[in-house]
Amino acid sequence: MMGNVLTSRIATDFFGGVTSGIVIALVALCLVIIWQSTNILNFAQGAMSMFAAFVGMNLVFHGVNYWLCLLIAVLAGMVSGGLTERVLIRPLYGKPEINPVVVMIGFLGVVEALAASIWNNESATVPPPFSLTYFESNGHTILISPNAIFQVTLAVGVMLLVALVFRYTNIGLQMRAAALAPEVSKLLGVRVDRLLTLGWIVSSGVGAIAAVIVSTGQTLAPTNMDGIFVSAFIAAAIGGLSSPVGAVTGGVLIGLTNYYVLDFWSPNIAPLTSVVVLVAVLFVRPQGLFTKNTTRRV
Amino acid sequence: MIKIDQLSVSYGAVKALENVSFEAAKGRITAVLGANGAGKTTLLRTISGLVASHHGSITVDEIQLTDKSTENIARLGIAHVPEGRGVIAEFTVEENLKLGTLASKVNIGEGMEKQFELFPVLRERRKQHASTLSGGERQMLAMARALIAKPSVLLLDEPSLGLAPLVTQEMMKTISALCSSEQLTVLLIEQNAKSALKIAHEAVVLHLGHVIASGSAQQIQSDDNMRRYYLGVQR
Repeated sequence: MMGNVLTSRIATDFFGGVTSGIVIALVALCLVIIWQSTNILNFAQGAMSMFAAFVGMNLVFHGVNYWLCLLIAVLAGMVSGGLTERVLIRPLYGKPEINPVVVMIGFLGVVEALAASIWNNESATVPPPFSLTYFESNGHTILISPNAIFQVTLAVGVMLLVALVFRYTNIGLQMRAAALAPEVSKLLGVRVDRLLTLGWIVSSGVGAIAAVIVSTGQTLAPTNMDGIFVSAFIAAAIGGLSSPVGAVTGGVLIGLTNYYVLDFWSPNIAPLTSVVVLVAVLFVRPQGLFTKNTTRRV
Repeated sequence: MIKIDQLSVSYGAVKALENVSFEAAKGRITAVLGANGAGKTTLLRTISGLVASHHGSITVDEIQLTDKSTENIARLGIAHVPEGRGVIAEFTVEENLKLGTLASKVNIGEGMEKQFELFPVLRERRKQHASTLSGGERQMLAMARALIAKPSVLLLDEPSLGLAPLVTQEMMKTISALCSSEQLTVLLIEQNAKSALKIAHEAVVLHLGHVIASGSAQQIQSDDNMRRYYLGVQR
């Protein structure tokens, strides 16, 4: 009986939707962290994450342990995030809003081209740390593999860690303050500029984990994150751009919608569903699902 | 002690402050008075490093501030309660206070306890978001958050703005008591000249970015022209 429930179409789509949605949620969370602190949409988030994943996971093909590669990818992500903020973004603060948009779209192209030229000949499948074989129940396949459980656990763990740091630590309090009220924070001695860099470092580290999850069991390719980035962008917009909870909810919602539409309706329609969900949400709540106010009182 | 010498500040072609010079002594309240647009807020924002000066100097206990960032000026013990109070509405009272301690070496628990003794209502509201506080409570929170890091200089920009007369009176009494007990150098900006002059030891009157009078609060208050044209105080 239990086996039938777990192997039903609804359950199968649910597992697939959650697994893909949680990665979208992770990337959406990165976008929100940066948007909240700097009011910049990081259009290069996907490409930067993928570049970091290349730096780390490419070493798997040279015999380095998977977990060490994951750690290297995260560190590469953090370093590149910090450098990007310092070198590319900092000169743009206070400039017209279109400037960072143009710069980050250009940077997206540069990063993808760079990754393709550096690792062009080394593309191969990244071996997963856990089995990709689906569990079975009474001869029926349940669409969950040990590796999928690992991916969801890692993504949820990272989200919880980020939430706990932001909510309960002094540095988290200062980062939230710097995002909400930069001038007041400076008047209290908070080093706002350093915290903005830290926001980019955290976001890029988290992004690297998302890219590693996406690339595990697949071929490493510079464009692996492009589709996910678009979904994550929509997920963040659904949540209201400044709500981490909204971004995560939006991500899972998009993952689930994609799977159900793909299975019950048509694979051709599936890519459009997230846009339809976005339009529907923006019709009902233009500020997004989880943003309380459009103006802030300080 | 704050020493301001020949300070000039411009917003583009508009001169907000021109050759402003005065001193504010330790353990005393110096009121900065003047009509809207006189340059009062600009003066405090320049001291805090939020606005850059193009000429002149600001020194606090012999330390030059004009080349320092806002964060470093705050870390030197110069607390600025901005106009509109600047409490973070999305944070609880405790979070606002905690934020005030993080750039200093003050123990969070002890610092908070001291502020709760000064402003008991904040203890009752400690878990509430600042957005739910009344105007007077917000002002108390802003003051407590500034004082918690044990500053030597307190810059107050219109603390009575939007407060009921009785609350304003209480606030002024608290400022006066704190100034002498903590030996603070207080610069107090007020449009409500009457209540400011009641507690101030010295006063500086600004008009269109220039100092047009300075001296003891009593002197300024007894000058008929000052009263009539700049202070809005009736005898």
